[in-house]
Amino acid sequence: MNLLRRSVIILMLSLIWPLALSAQSEKVPTASELIAAMDANLTAKTSIVTSRMVVHGRRASRTITSKSWVEGAEKAFTEYLAPPREAGTKMLKLEDQLWTYSPQTDRIIQISGHMLRQSLMGSDLSYQDMMEDQSLEDVYDGVVEGSELLNGRDSWVMTLTAKKEGLAYHRRKAWIDKEWLLPMREELFAKSGKLLKSSYAEEVMQVEGRWYPKVWVFKDELKRNSKGTEWIIDEIAFNQPIPEAQFAKAALRK
Amino acid sequence: MLRFLIKGVFRDRSRSLFSIIVITLIVALTVLIRGFMAGIFDDVFRQSAVIFAGHVKVTTRAYAEESDLLPNDLAILGSDSLVAALSEEYPDMFWTPRILFAGLLDIPDEQGETKEQGPMMGFGLDLHSPGSRMVEIWELERKLTRGRLPERPAEVLLGETYAHRLGVEPGDVATFIGASMYGGFVTYNFHVAGTVSLGITGIDKNMLIADLRGVRMALDMQDAAGEIVGYSHDMFYDDEGSVALAVNFNEHVPNPENEFSLVMQALRDHTQMGAMVDISEYAIGLVLFIFMAVTVVVLWNMGLMNGLRRYGEFGMRLAMGETKGHVYRTTLGEAVVIGIAGSFIGTAVALPLVWYLQEIGLDYTGLFEGMTFVLSSIIRARITPDCYYLGFIPGVLATVAGTMLSGRGIYKREMSQLFKELELEA
Repeated sequence: MNLLRRSVIILMLSLIWPLALSAQSEKVPTASELIAAMDANLTAKTSIVTSRMVVHGRRASRTITSKSWVEGAEKAFTEYLAPPREAGTKMLKLEDQLWTYSPQTDRIIQISGHMLRQSLMGSDLSYQDMMEDQSLEDVYDGVVEGSELLNGRDSWVMTLTAKKEGLAYHRRKAWIDKEWLLPMREELFAKSGKLLKSSYAEEVMQVEGRWYPKVWVFKDELKRNSKGTEWIIDEIAFNQPIPEAQFAKAALRK
Repeated sequence: MLRFLIKGVFRDRSRSLFSIIVITLIVALTVLIRGFMAGIFDDVFRQSAVIFAGHVKVTTRAYAEESDLLPNDLAILGSDSLVAALSEEYPDMFWTPRILFAGLLDIPDEQGETKEQGPMMGFGLDLHSPGSRMVEIWELERKLTRGRLPERPAEVLLGETYAHRLGVEPGDVATFIGASMYGGFVTYNFHVAGTVSLGITGIDKNMLIADLRGVRMALDMQDAAGEIVGYSHDMFYDDEGSVALAVNFNEHVPNPENEFSLVMQALRDHTQMGAMVDISEYAIGLVLFIFMAVTVVVLWNMGLMNGLRRYGEFGMRLAMGETKGHVYRTTLGEAVVIGIAGSFIGTAVALPLVWYLQEIGLDYTGLFEGMTFVLSSIIRARITPDCYYLGFIPGVLATVAGTMLSGRGIYKREMSQLFKELELEA
């Protein structure tokens, strides 16, 4: 009997021990470390991006091309280049304010209030999504819940819960690729627990030594029958000088 | 025999006068309430049809499912040819395309900067096509409070309260901010031609009415329309006819499984309107029932009193050999004569009153100030065909029923007691 018990214990230890060793060998990062690592990939002092947004509607898909000049997280200027009806429309974001200029009306209009929750150019993104400029670490409490395989790649699973009221999303769950340190999938929830938006990186690229999403797909989960919006980065350059005049309201009419 | 009964009833006024007065009043009230209710329900249906649903409405299936969101990306394409086809196929109605849209209205100051901004609900109506009846059925000329009606595609009318809140005057520019049919960001400069007050607070507070051509330009919806609405030529809602039309149309739609195939809905298919249509039908039945019940009780009581008064007469008639059944039947005959006379007079009294309310109406603007109704501020009655005969139902039936109940006493008279009673009376 004793021999049998001893054999079972040895067998169990032999099974568990390698797992315990491997767990010891991989240090679980803190949420702050993960956010900092992602920021190192995704943010820069400045960036100039030419991108396409493919909005998949119920009847047809539309491609909107734009060029953006971004400084930090607080200043952004976007000019829409195509299709013809949208060409010439410009948007300027300065901290928490957003202005738009449309050549059809030759007016600069501030977008505020409930309009910020509206869809950006008919996409699955809202103006509010575009306006997010606070560091995730400042407004969310993060917990790294463990790791999971996502599309065959090892990823950290991190949950962020809002520290304060009034944020567009109360809880965020992200799958962060362990090698690329990019959020490969994200789910955004309301306080009630309802899934509001989801997104995933369909393709990544390496630019100037950092990993960056090449094709990013967003889906507004509240839109019935939404087929999602693809955001495709065609060109991106980091830390290029951008003249201050680019972020002036006068630049909207130029 | 009938002439004998009629002469008897009218020569002996104690038999008929009070009964006829009661029946006249009840019949007049029945007809008046019927006309008044018909007018109120007509007004609800008319307003709902004009503003929201049409008597029937054609949309794509996908649009119908999400109509609360005003999903113009799911609009009907090739709407102009569809309007022509509907007009040819269903000539009993007139058909018109329209676009409902929502967004923000931004009012610039002298420098072109935002002065005021407010959410907006827009109606793109076919105001200018030859033969269009939109100005007429929306009663825009009567409801115009300032300025004039739009004459060009980019000219619009604003709800008076909305214009006041935004500080807009006729002649000002108002920039629409919203989404095009394809989801694109849209800004479009409309010119305010005038302001209107529909008298419906919930609509007036953020309403914009524009010509369809202007809205099509703004929303990139050339030859497209969110909805095609159909109205009967006399603008009265015929529920049965509209439902039958919708069923017929939907049976002949090709590929009904396709989300962009067309679907027709009758007014009753829209939220709460079905219940409203049913209520309108049941309400008149309920009114008739109540008046019938009241009339029966009153006339039963009158019959009993009459029975007492005519106790001797009935005794004498029975003593002279008239059968109880014959006495009973002649009293019922008298009741029919009285019922018809009272109903005729009651209907004749009520119809001019209903006509007055139909033509002039009852203005209750001050009574419910600040409240939101899908009703115009003037309630009107309507003379419906049944107003001419409806009063005869409680008028005659209740009189006969009351007499039948009270006349049962005739059968309780004992022949052996008759002569004693008559001796006493003598």
